[in-house]
Amino acid sequence: MISFILRRLGVLIPTFLGITVLVFALIHLIPGDPVEAMSGERGMEPARYAALMTEFGLDRPLPVQYIDYVFKAAKGDLGNSIVTQEPVLREFLDRFPATFELSLCAMLFAVCLGIPAGVIAALKRNTPIDYGVMGVSLTGYSMPIFWWALLLILFFSVHLGWTPVSGRLAIEFDPARVTGLMLIDSILSGEEGAFLSAVSHLILPTIALGTIPLATLARMTRSAMLEVLGEDYVRAARARGLSPLRVVVRHALRNALIPVITVIGLQVGTLLAGAILTETIFSWPGIGKWMVEAIHRRDYPVVQGGILLSATLVIVVNLLVDVLYGVINPRIRHAR
Amino acid sequence: MNTPHTPSSAPDELAVLAPPSPMAELWRDFCRNKGAVFGLALVSTYLLLALFAGFVAPHSPIEQFRDAVLTPPAWEDGGSVKFLLGTDAVGRDMLSRLIFGSRLSLAIGLISVTLSLSLGVVLGLAAAFYGRKVDTAIMRLMDMLLALPSLLLAVAVIAILGPGLANAMYAIAIVRLPAFVRLTRATAIAELQKDYVIASRIAGAGTLRLMFITVLPNCLAPLIVQATLGFSTAILDAAALGFLGLGAQPPTPEWGSMLAGALEFIQRAWWVVSLPGIAILLAVLAFNLMGDGLRDALDPKLKR
Repeated sequence: MISFILRRLGVLIPTFLGITVLVFALIHLIPGDPVEAMSGERGMEPARYAALMTEFGLDRPLPVQYIDYVFKAAKGDLGNSIVTQEPVLREFLDRFPATFELSLCAMLFAVCLGIPAGVIAALKRNTPIDYGVMGVSLTGYSMPIFWWALLLILFFSVHLGWTPVSGRLAIEFDPARVTGLMLIDSILSGEEGAFLSAVSHLILPTIALGTIPLATLARMTRSAMLEVLGEDYVRAARARGLSPLRVVVRHALRNALIPVITVIGLQVGTLLAGAILTETIFSWPGIGKWMVEAIHRRDYPVVQGGILLSATLVIVVNLLVDVLYGVINPRIRHAR
Repeated sequence: MNTPHTPSSAPDELAVLAPPSPMAELWRDFCRNKGAVFGLALVSTYLLLALFAGFVAPHSPIEQFRDAVLTPPAWEDGGSVKFLLGTDAVGRDMLSRLIFGSRLSLAIGLISVTLSLSLGVVLGLAAAFYGRKVDTAIMRLMDMLLALPSLLLAVAVIAILGPGLANAMYAIAIVRLPAFVRLTRATAIAELQKDYVIASRIAGAGTLRLMFITVLPNCLAPLIVQATLGFSTAILDAAALGFLGLGAQPPTPEWGSMLAGALEFIQRAWWVVSLPGIAILLAVLAFNLMGDGLRDALDPKLKR
């Protein structure tokens, strides 16, 4: 098991270093340089320009700058935001819980609806139920989620007036930040109605962000179930006279879930990408909105740091999924 | 065909018994899937609209009718036959913008898929043919690209190149590159084991000939499917970038950027908010249905 993890890590380290090169290159490929970007439209005196270039170390040879960048990044120093002058890492960590909370809820939403939907579609193969589930999930899969979010707002917020349009909490509540997760902080604050307000703010973004993973999971679960239901061990379980429910849940679903878990892991990237859109629409103060704003403000250290941290997150989650996969399925672990 | 069985029709019967040509068989399998046919019909409709946008659209997509701002669709109160689907916040005809938008979206799909397909095929074949070192280098590079969430990578590319429609296409092409490289490499490696490749190699075919003339045609089936599905993701990503203000810039009638300011009008003008989205959804759905149908028709494992 340990050698399996080490082997995986061996592949990941070059990938990770490659990403640091990519992210480092980002700032040097941008037309002009960060100091020019800072000076904005008005421009800057040559002497001040040279002083700032020296201050940021931008006048040194590129390889030196790169090595310096990697070592600083390894220590958690990703530079400061040009706009707020705050360290990029702190800004990221401040906003990450909001994105994490939203992504987790979206994933739960997708898993709780997607897996049962896939199982039912597989069991009712080629019936109207199957076609219905697959039709809906293909539509969900094809949905432009920023538009889907607008529709949800149009219907639930504007038309029915059930849910708020933006933010994480109604303005009258101000719970102390303990975990950064609004659902938990609002309970801890003890303010009456704060938790409900947090929930109602979370519903629409969760649906918007969870729809594509939901559709993907339903499709995946269906095909994995169909494959497993044709296996000998399922026929054997049926032949032993086990109840249909037991056959489906204990024998078929457990094995069908193995590939589904990988897909759940791969959705982390989808969620982060989706968060960019969902957070922008719902003014959700997470890293997606933060990065879009940074691009519009040309706040390159933030863009750079945000990309590096998001990629790291995806890589780490994929590693965890790989390891988990190895734990569940020994055949993978021992394959070379 | 209801041709009566007379002795004179014997040659016809023989023709029926002969296996159909691969294209005819593909078409037959494809038509068995109703969703796929629906997808193809939709794609053809969009294609026709895109090609003849100048003739079909009642107005110019960027002409502003200042006296008819936010006119509702013709069937609503206050609507006018002049603007069948209403007008937007600066009085541009929605229908015309949607029709010209199909031209943009299809062009974005075509250009970005062509870019990533051609580069992906070259890199994938190189990885399969040129030994371990090249293979590792190319695949590590692709792993890197895969580690970045799709839209985030596109946003990063836009950060370098600057916002704009052309740059959005390059960004999408780069995002989709790993899928094509991996697919080409995997199918090419599987083909390399086969006798016909070995025979061709013994006959003295050079590496380039082996790559592009011997092996590539046999890798096309999955690549065609991936390319079709690539259209749908390209349209979706381009719309998302347009929505974020990082893709097509106003007044370009791109579906995503048409939605960029729509949140403002959500209470007053539902047509501004819903119509461009329907156009995107149907286009993406059409290519997904077509891709799924092609995959089923091209995959021999699923054939009876």
